[in-house]
Amino acid sequence: MTDPMRIRAQVAGDKATVRVLMAHEMETGQRKDAAGKVIPAWFIQEVSATHNGKPVLSAQWGPSISKNPFMQFSLKGAKVGDKIAITWVDNKGEKRTDEATAS
Amino acid sequence: MHTRRHMLSDSAKVAALLAAVGLAPQLAKAQAASYNSAAFEAKNMADAMKALGAAVPVASKDVTVTAPDIAENGAVVPVGAAAALPGVKRLLILVEKNPAALAAMFEPSDAVEANISTRVKLGQSSNVFAVAILNDGKVLFAQKEVKVTLGGCGG
Amino acid sequence: MNARTVKPGIAALALLACASAGAQTKSSADGIAEYRKMLEDGNPAELFEAKGEALWKEKRGPKNASLELCDLGKGAGIVKGAFVELPRYFADTNKVQDLESRLVSCMEALQGLNAAGISSTPFGRGEQNNVTALATWVAAESRGLKFNLPQNHVEEKRSYEIGKRVFFFRGGTHDFSCASCHGEDAKRIRLQDLPNLTKNPGDGIGFAAWPAYRVSNGQMWGMQLRLNDCYRQQRFPYPGFGSEATIAVSTYMGVNAKGAESIAPSIKR
Repeated sequence: MTDPMRIRAQVAGDKATVRVLMAHEMETGQRKDAAGKVIPAWFIQEVSATHNGKPVLSAQWGPSISKNPFMQFSLKGAKVGDKIAITWVDNKGEKRTDEATAS
Repeated sequence: MHTRRHMLSDSAKVAALLAAVGLAPQLAKAQAASYNSAAFEAKNMADAMKALGAAVPVASKDVTVTAPDIAENGAVVPVGAAAALPGVKRLLILVEKNPAALAAMFEPSDAVEANISTRVKLGQSSNVFAVAILNDGKVLFAQKEVKVTLGGCGG
Repeated sequence: MNARTVKPGIAALALLACASAGAQTKSSADGIAEYRKMLEDGNPAELFEAKGEALWKEKRGPKNASLELCDLGKGAGIVKGAFVELPRYFADTNKVQDLESRLVSCMEALQGLNAAGISSTPFGRGEQNNVTALATWVAAESRGLKFNLPQNHVEEKRSYEIGKRVFFFRGGTHDFSCASCHGEDAKRIRLQDLPNLTKNPGDGIGFAAWPAYRVSNGQMWGMQLRLNDCYRQQRFPYPGFGSEATIAVSTYMGVNAKGAESIAPSIKR
């Protein structure tokens, strides 16, 4: 069960600044718990973005990305009302897609 | 002041980091679909030095790495990678002193500007690199030192 | 041996460290300010705000009801502006309550959840996470508003006086009080400024900055957890979630912060 992302796409001129906050532990696999056991690695490995269904950005991440990851990029040719969808896949195969409307 | 020796050393470092990524342009296409575990498991800069398939990275004023001089906490350090050039195939962010040096690899289409930010964990004060791999195979980088502090009552 | 003649070791060391670091801090302070500015946009607290808003509206508990009729002090269901007037006196519970304890009261009264059980649940577990998310959203609904705690009811005034005493009360193995760190101007621990909470420390500072997302542990902290951790750092037993002592200290800080603009939920180290 995953928590929703927070996606904001702000249009200015012919571009939209897209800011994404994802809810994810991004556990590196380097930490140990109170009992001394290694806490298993659990982190987002792949991220992709679509603009009105068309893929515009893909990314691969390592566990160095901070917990509750933030990402910002600038999308050309975006207009108010356009749909921006973000998908993440983590190392356990868990997946999540959320969508926002550019405003 | 950047002596030639320093510049070469920096280039070598970035080359080393890219080695683990195995980012020769010809390899990059084949790997596009699957997660590049080897790249993200490269333990340190020395390990990343092996298997350099890409061109020797060159320091470039056209690449910028945006990061604070000092981070109040290493858990969340904002870092941006940008390249003021056309034909950017990939933008990478690397943290020299992290156990896994490669933090992120972005592949923007033509619809996305080559200017992407995220937040990374820094285990300690370290150089942070932004690397741009161009369609024509050129590899360019910029670096910045980020100091990490331990604040407050110790946690 | 008179406890007062023995300077608490840690306090003395911390002050020494601060004094010796004084010379280098000008550019460090600027650096920290730049770092904080870079994190302003995209505060992970927003994830908790969204969760809190959903929880406010969701039908839950044995009574299968939402919290939409919860009275946070300005009338049933009124959320905007409520945060900057808490803690305050509530007739139905006949006591002064802060945001988190009031949310728990509503969770019991409206939803049939167990208040005592929630209060004794450790932070970061179970229903406590829901209380934190709710508090984060309620605080967000007052962002930009100025603190204006009521001090009309005799219980509200009493809470302030108790809070003042609690604030200056030295105890625990290190003889700390809140005032040890927060009782004077221009104090610092390492690179963190310590606001003077005996008066209004300014917009968005101290009481006006919590709940906050702490990047150092990736956790969302309400004022109850913030106070809990203060007591932990003072090597003092925690007075307990929603206890009269914690609410009174909040009343003291909140009344002192009258006129300060709330930036909660903020982002902290």
